Amino acid sequence: MNSTVTSTKENAWAGGDNQPLGASYGKMMMWFFLVSDALTFSGFLAAYGFSRFKFIETWPIADEVFTHVPFTHGSYPMIYVALMTFILIMSSVTMVLAVDAGHKMQKNKVIWYMFLTVIGGAIFVGSQAWEWNTFIKGDKGALETKGGRILQFVKADSGERAALKDFAITIPGERVEHENKNGVWFYDEGYMPSYTVKEVVKGFKADSNILVRTETINEEGHKTLLSREESLKKLESATQVVEGANLIHNEYGSRLFGDFFFFITGFHGFHVLSGVIINLIIFFNVVIGTYERRGHYEMVEKVGLYWHFVDLVWVFVFTFFYLV
Amino acid sequence: MAHEHKLEIFRGLLKFKNNTQKIWGVLIFLSLVTAVEVVLGIIKPESLTGNSVLGMKLLNWIFIILTLVKAYYIAWDFMHLRDEKSSFRRAIVWTPIFLVIYLTFILLTEADYIYEVYKDGFVTWNF
Repeated sequence: MNSTVTSTKENAWAGGDNQPLGASYGKMMMWFFLVSDALTFSGFLAAYGFSRFKFIETWPIADEVFTHVPFTHGSYPMIYVALMTFILIMSSVTMVLAVDAGHKMQKNKVIWYMFLTVIGGAIFVGSQAWEWNTFIKGDKGALETKGGRILQFVKADSGERAALKDFAITIPGERVEHENKNGVWFYDEGYMPSYTVKEVVKGFKADSNILVRTETINEEGHKTLLSREESLKKLESATQVVEGANLIHNEYGSRLFGDFFFFITGFHGFHVLSGVIINLIIFFNVVIGTYERRGHYEMVEKVGLYWHFVDLVWVFVFTFFYLV
Repeated sequence: MAHEHKLEIFRGLLKFKNNTQKIWGVLIFLSLVTAVEVVLGIIKPESLTGNSVLGMKLLNWIFIILTLVKAYYIAWDFMHLRDEKSSFRRAIVWTPIFLVIYLTFILLTEADYIYEVYKDGFVTWNF
């Protein structure tokens, strides 16, 4: 019993029952932690803004990067992130409902709402993992030039993006990836792109319907398309094929875009994950009746604050990564 | 303790009967704002992308303002800042707002300067 009861009458020098600013110690410290965490996230987002303003003319257009929805093909920009946002807001709502039920000491309601919150959070983390996976695997493929710029390909007649596999011609005799099963050497070699630069260039020359698209954004807000001659000239400076994204290369455009994507959504995803774990712990505490015996559900309120904060941060990440 | 809830939003324009109702009301409002953002993001109306205020497209300003609106309702109603003492609320809200405005102003100004250097400098960055 004693271990679950935290409030004891103390004299004023030991803190007593005074509550500065009308907030209990735990709640106030949770708020101060959230303020400092908010500043950390602001630092990241401001750094993102810095890099973006620095390369304002060549920054990737988010609508063209995040176009996939699980279990479907085709291009649906923004739909999936919007859904993820809604799921997170929804789990925020079940969290407030849990806090509200806690104030009324309705244990069973708190259990159910906490359970739904955990489920919502888990779905969100899963969605983010899927987003990462799609981003890392990449979509259409591109070439990188000597200057580190990305060249993408477009079909001239329809204006749609062309994938490397749509036009690249396989040249027999070009090196293939070494796999463990093919040799005595005991490890696989690292990743090798599906095509070499030579194969892409040969395919480009054979197909007159393909044009190069550079990173530069023109006045209408689209990426600049080159003519056939300009494209051929540009292809001479290509040094490697890029498929997907890692911290050093990415096929979507500016390298920093990939870095910030991994860093900021990763940091946020880690917050969601830890939020789910903390919610789970509190959930089990509610189930075994800890707070019922303590006489109040303030712990639910405190993790609730953290959980809403995760939602709050996502609202900003959503705006600055996907909308603006 | 903050067991009494203030049940009015939009400066008293909308008053809910109880806290549960207010939560659902705020959810509907937040979903509506997100839907507007997504629709604007997909359509990208010419009139909003063509015009800019203070060096940024009108559309982007709308996104940022709607985001701040959403943030306000999450903090005020879901995190119960509306029910806290105003001194506590100010300590929490104004500290980051001041620091963030300061930081973004400095970083974005500096970034724009570097952009100009890349653009007008006599060095080729894209070769």
